[in-house]
Amino acid sequence: MHSLETVELTKAFGGNLVLDKTSVSFQHGKVNALIGPNGSGKTTFFNCVTGLIRPDSGRVSYAGADITRRTPHAIARAGLGRTFQLCRVFPRMTVLDNVLAATRPRGANLLRGARGRAETDRARGWLTKLGIEHLAGIEARNLSWGQQKLLELAGVLMSEPETVLLDEPAGGVNPALLDRIGGLVRDLNAEGRTFVIVEHNMDLVMSISDHIVVFDRGRPIAEGPPSMIRTDERVLGAYLGV
Amino acid sequence: MSEIELVDIQAGYGRAAPVLRGLSVAVPAGTIVCLVGPNGAGKSTVLKVASGLLAPRTGAIRVGGVDMTGQGPQRMLANGVAHVLQGHSVFPEMTVGENVLLGAYTLKDKARVAARTEFVRGLFPVVADRWGTLAGLLSGGQQKQVEFARSLMVDPKVVLLDEPSMGLDPKATSTVFEQVVRMRDAGTAVLLVEQNARRALETADIGCVLDLGRVHISGPAAELIADPQLGELYLGGRPAEPPVKPKL
Repeated sequence: MHSLETVELTKAFGGNLVLDKTSVSFQHGKVNALIGPNGSGKTTFFNCVTGLIRPDSGRVSYAGADITRRTPHAIARAGLGRTFQLCRVFPRMTVLDNVLAATRPRGANLLRGARGRAETDRARGWLTKLGIEHLAGIEARNLSWGQQKLLELAGVLMSEPETVLLDEPAGGVNPALLDRIGGLVRDLNAEGRTFVIVEHNMDLVMSISDHIVVFDRGRPIAEGPPSMIRTDERVLGAYLGV
Repeated sequence: MSEIELVDIQAGYGRAAPVLRGLSVAVPAGTIVCLVGPNGAGKSTVLKVASGLLAPRTGAIRVGGVDMTGQGPQRMLANGVAHVLQGHSVFPEMTVGENVLLGAYTLKDKARVAARTEFVRGLFPVVADRWGTLAGLLSGGQQKQVEFARSLMVDPKVVLLDEPSMGLDPKATSTVFEQVVRMRDAGTAVLLVEQNARRALETADIGCVLDLGRVHISGPAAELIADPQLGELYLGGRPAEPPVKPKL
């Protein structure tokens, strides 16, 4: 079954065609990876899929429903959660409150109804899994880059999306934590969550992915399991530089 | 002689506890010094202190042997210390060329600006190819190369690079590490912060492992790669406990 699918998705910025009739599908219940050279359209693809930018033409569907023109929050509520390459946290809120803010708000106050014991325990649980529980009480702006990436990941996981889109989860994160993030992705996948991961760290991609899609100049040039991608000549030439 | 030297630095943000607690590091001329360490160890803070963005609470900063403690970033740049920040810092609404030429803002000699422009265009092909394009339209990895080019316009003595490989694809990462070596070979000393520790240490001459705001181990980079303690401390994330003496 296809979870997330695009049909001839096209987006240009000025004269720069970033997505060129991109048709691609990601499988439900799998760990999917999206790789490709800088500038091949991976982040633009995520932005179109999650409603942050409007595609010029083409269609995005999720679990059978057309979500092409939906707003970002409607798409999030439909079960698609994401992180950003350059992460976005609330700088003057504590680490714990940042995670709690990811629970569904009741009314205008982001944290109202989110501070219950159960939710707090759940938020602390994610911080523990990502190795930043000792920072729970400090303001997020005091975190280093890598720690902010982990915090953003905790927030997305807190909202329990059915499908998680991760934009370079390893960027700026200590290699010691990568095994932990990789393990976490596999555990959550075993519980039924679908992943689509944009990442340049090939050790991580090859070790956790079931299915890999390779972009070049806004179009998929190859897809398949890691064993196949690793030896695909087009991929080696366009991306890995060998 | 060291191009830049930080001696016994204590530094931090606002009233919070210090991030750097007695840190010392020196970058000799003609070398690449690499700082590695866990998230939050203080790596980026070292670079901010070195470029004058953050004044240390105590300790001294010397550039070419001259005390520069407490000088702001403009004085540090004028004295040959250039800083390429983590993340993205191009002006998206300006062209690649305008971004690069901004790096030469402090240079008065037009011939020198022209020579430096040719130099960086040769070093980073993407900069030459996309010279007239708005920088905001470039991908993250391409923008990073524009930042490198901009920092080299003043022909700095030492360039501070904060995670240059972050967000770059494998090909671009290789290119960047090659450029770092070329910068050194052209006479610019480099202080490099990287999470891609193995790759960075393979490129560097000297490696320093930071933890809890101090240099924990330092030495020739090749020796650090081979050191099992590095794996324990850095890949393990926490300093190793002192070994327990076996009971006799």
